Amino acid sequence: MKWIIDLFSSSLGRKLIMALTGLFLISFLIIHCTINAMIFFNDGGETFSYWGHFMGTNPVIRTLEIGLVAGFLIHIIQGLSLWRANHAARPVKYSVTKAPNSTWYSRSMGLLGTLLLLFLIMHTSHFWIPNRTNQFTHGEELPLYKMMFDVFSNPWIVFFYVIGCVSLFWHLLHGFASAFQSLGLNHLKYNGVISFVGTAFSIIVPFVFALMPIAVYFKWIN
Amino acid sequence: MNITLKVWRQKNKDTKGGFKTYQADHVSSDMSFLEMLDVLNTSLIKKGEEPIHFDHDCREGICGMCSLYINGHPHGPLQTTTCQLHMRTFKDGETITVEPWRAKAFPIIKDLVVDRSAFDRIQQAGGYVSVNTGGVPDANEIPIPKKIADEAFDAAACIGCGACVAACKNASAMLFVSAKVSQLALLPQGQAEKKERAEKMVAQMDSEGFGSCTNTRACEAECPKGISVTNIARMNREYFSAMMTSYEVVVGGGE
Ligand code: SF4
Ligand code: FES
Repeated sequence: MKWIIDLFSSSLGRKLIMALTGLFLISFLIIHCTINAMIFFNDGGETFSYWGHFMGTNPVIRTLEIGLVAGFLIHIIQGLSLWRANHAARPVKYSVTKAPNSTWYSRSMGLLGTLLLLFLIMHTSHFWIPNRTNQFTHGEELPLYKMMFDVFSNPWIVFFYVIGCVSLFWHLLHGFASAFQSLGLNHLKYNGVISFVGTAFSIIVPFVFALMPIAVYFKWIN
Repeated sequence: MNITLKVWRQKNKDTKGGFKTYQADHVSSDMSFLEMLDVLNTSLIKKGEEPIHFDHDCREGICGMCSLYINGHPHGPLQTTTCQLHMRTFKDGETITVEPWRAKAFPIIKDLVVDRSAFDRIQQAGGYVSVNTGGVPDANEIPIPKKIADEAFDAAACIGCGACVAACKNASAMLFVSAKVSQLALLPQGQAEKKERAEKMVAQMDSEGFGSCTNTRACEAECPKGISVTNIARMNREYFSAMMTSYEVVVGGGE
């Protein structure tokens, strides 16, 4: 079984882990974003709360949630450790670094990821952590829809949420297509589709996410 | 042309280096970058100073020795080797900064000369096909589709210059290694040792201390031989399938 350890500790294997967890987190974003968008039905949060309740109590989803937390942790820890190793591969830096030969966001995945991590800490401490804590201690869910109006009444929080979404946009813009390349899925027949879907995804999903706090703050929904 | 040069000078790998400024006057715009350095070196020798050490050999763009990092680009602003870079690419009165390749796996020997034997060791780990001796086989005995032959040839165009490592923000050698894996993996002759090759070359690459790929594609943009990152995807495929399906050799015989 040594080969499994060799595989996942090699540079290529570690990239494989980044790609697989990245795509897994992308699949989570689709669901999260879809359920969030339910607030735009403007039905007093009925549809949103129905699905929120389903996600918070369904045993299958709750089991998958453990995988999701693991996915986040692996992606973050592996990302940080790769960033360190890559940094160490060039101990003395160049003195001339202008004249870039690649896009800034592809070179800044670590920075964007760190911004996302900070956002994630803030975001989970607003909703997910208090909600689950309450479920464990009192066996009851918190009224997420109502909480959202409280949280997003603060313009600073709205601002930081939008910053988080912008970071997500750039992170996805490189990460989506990059995951396929790391998996070895690069083929002239499919490259166009991958980059089109990747770009569309990185625009639509963060946009819908950012629209939530903005819409709540400006009372577009009630 | 009159040029100001900021050149990295370093005595050996253990000492600290630094930039030194030189003035190169009456430079012909038809000179190659290396010829300009030759003239500068002659004047340094005449003055009794230590000439600037830099690597070079063929001076026709095929050996890959001329590793100079010029104004923030490996091999300078054009996508070519330094020996094929001419002074007409620069402006009169320009200040040009010349640095060595910077990577942990490429330690500096002196000034601008770096030790690239890490590439040789990767190549020795598996970048070959074992052929039995005997009569020369007929050239057309093994049919290979033209497109595949072309792709293998494109990968084989890699001259091992290391510009990909120099250009990469992670000092990753994946473009080089993937070109070497690909040129053989694409051809029937390379099939017998295909899995072993991918495993061993990647393992050697990792042990040399290169960084890993974050798909910025800076290597592709700087490679003088136009090696494509498609090769990196192919290497990834080759490596994953090799790791998951190759025989684990057990001492004393497996089953
Ligand atoms: S892949 Fe290109 S840049 Fe890298 S060593 Fe080969 S020829 Fe040089
Ligand atoms: S000296 Fe041989 S490639 Fe430049």
